[in-house]
Amino acid sequence: MTTSPDRSSAPLPDGIVAVVKRDCPTCVLVEPVLQELATSDALTTYSQDDPTFPADLPVRDDTDLTVSYLWDVETVPTLLRIRDGEEVERIVGWDREQWVAFTEVPDLAAGLGDDFPDWRPGCGSLSVDPSRTDELRVRFSTSGLKSRRVDFAELEDEFEAMYDRGWSDGLPVIPPTEARVARMLDGTDRSPDDIVTVVPPDLVECTVEKVAVNAVMAGCLPEYLPVVLTALEAACTPEFNMHGLLATTFFSGPIIVVNGPIRNRIGMNAGVNVLGQGNRANATIGRALQLVVRNVGGGMPGGVDRATMGSPGKLGWCFPELEEGSPFTPLSVARGLEPGQDAVTLFAGHGPQSIIDQKSRSAESLARTFAACLRSVAHPKLCIKIDAMLVVSPEHARVLADDGWDRSRLEGRLAELLTLDSDELLAGVDGIAEGLPEGFGGMELPKFREGGLLIAHAGGGAGLFSAIIGGWVNGDEGSDPVTRAITTRGNT
Amino acid sequence: MSTVLDPTAERTVAERARLDRPASLDGKVVGLLDISKPRGDVFLDRLEEELRGRGAADVQRFSKPTYTKPAPVDLRHEIATKCDLIIEALAD
Repeated sequence: MTTSPDRSSAPLPDGIVAVVKRDCPTCVLVEPVLQELATSDALTTYSQDDPTFPADLPVRDDTDLTVSYLWDVETVPTLLRIRDGEEVERIVGWDREQWVAFTEVPDLAAGLGDDFPDWRPGCGSLSVDPSRTDELRVRFSTSGLKSRRVDFAELEDEFEAMYDRGWSDGLPVIPPTEARVARMLDGTDRSPDDIVTVVPPDLVECTVEKVAVNAVMAGCLPEYLPVVLTALEAACTPEFNMHGLLATTFFSGPIIVVNGPIRNRIGMNAGVNVLGQGNRANATIGRALQLVVRNVGGGMPGGVDRATMGSPGKLGWCFPELEEGSPFTPLSVARGLEPGQDAVTLFAGHGPQSIIDQKSRSAESLARTFAACLRSVAHPKLCIKIDAMLVVSPEHARVLADDGWDRSRLEGRLAELLTLDSDELLAGVDGIAEGLPEGFGGMELPKFREGGLLIAHAGGGAGLFSAIIGGWVNGDEGSDPVTRAITTRGNT
Repeated sequence: MSTVLDPTAERTVAERARLDRPASLDGKVVGLLDISKPRGDVFLDRLEEELRGRGAADVQRFSKPTYTKPAPVDLRHEIATKCDLIIEALAD
């Protein structure tokens, strides 16, 4: 998103221009050389940190780094030869032969004695110091970020001010300064004013820039942004129905499952405590999605969000599948994408609910445990209308793998085990009023519709436990899982 | 002082004045919108009975295709053109 800065605000005089800083030993070393040059040639010297250095020269003050930044000075000392206002040549560091050739002064530094070194590398320019570059980029930016600027008063605590404005999900948010947002936008090659999607409930066209602002607030790093952008696109499809998911009285929220090499590239955790706290990428990507729905879409708890109880995952829930060592094809591949493709799968869910089985050593026995526990999703007598995700831990996966079971074998067996006698599901049966209407007796019904049970592999290496993530109403009435390829690339 | 970028959609909410409440139901057409939640019809049947007994000229019934999504534009238009009053029922 950055474009070349305009140098017209910092023109350089013709002749030789030196850029130095006192904090650089090489610059200090060449101080007498510069003093010598000043007498023999048209020399203009800029100092990045101390206008009294080099001594006895008419030094120009570049402590605000305007010249250094706009003329792309990366090393000090740098010598530039300027002709008609344009750079024609530059050298960096100290190299006696190079300086002699550049300045065309044959006996340059000859009087400084035999001990004077012939060569010394330069130091880093302050204009490329990481602590200064964000501020410089904002100062000279032509990025054209369009969001309204909100000034906080001197005595205002910026974190409290953001709470007061209703921008937080309840946890502190990082102030989205222009520098931070510009840095976040390095995470994508998309233009800040590209429309990503239309965000419910207010049906607002949301730009890449607004996503970046909220990603900063959520605590994301720039390299997470492609995941956030794709997750938002997937969430705002008619099939996923983010509007209904937000508005429902039910528990669920958007859950993001990440597949592909990007999981490891951005440091996600698919292992120990995968569904818990402690990993920045896991914790902030899901949060960024929910902050966009809140701040851009206008979806507030108690407003359009009418959840009776909600669930903690609504703060943001994102986790990667553990593809390494899995007996299953990755979830994204099972859902139609190519292996190795970075992807997100959006699932409307809540939980998790635990499955304990520490005794099964055969796939059949473990599948029966899974089926018995999955039967209770939403209600043991309700079926077809609600999806679920089964997250199989590595130790449980090993039991399946030892018997040669893969994804389709497990899915097939679970479908058999979860084919239910509808007479057991009728309203009133077992003294429970909830259940299917009378006309549904005498049938075999599946607990889950076809494709309604998603299976993923994740978790730490120890523990014969797996997890059920309960879903929301599916299909046209509710939400279908959506899998999308992550195609956007970073700038850097 | 620090400056941040506004994370919201920066929209001004459109405010529309509500219509005055009618003094009576005499001669009015009342619409009842079922959002398609279970047993919403039980509640609306009873309301219809009440309304007809209180002088409404007509009571028309509508329903959303699903309670999880906003009412389609066509349905909203139909209600607006046919009815003087509308009651939307959320029920479980």
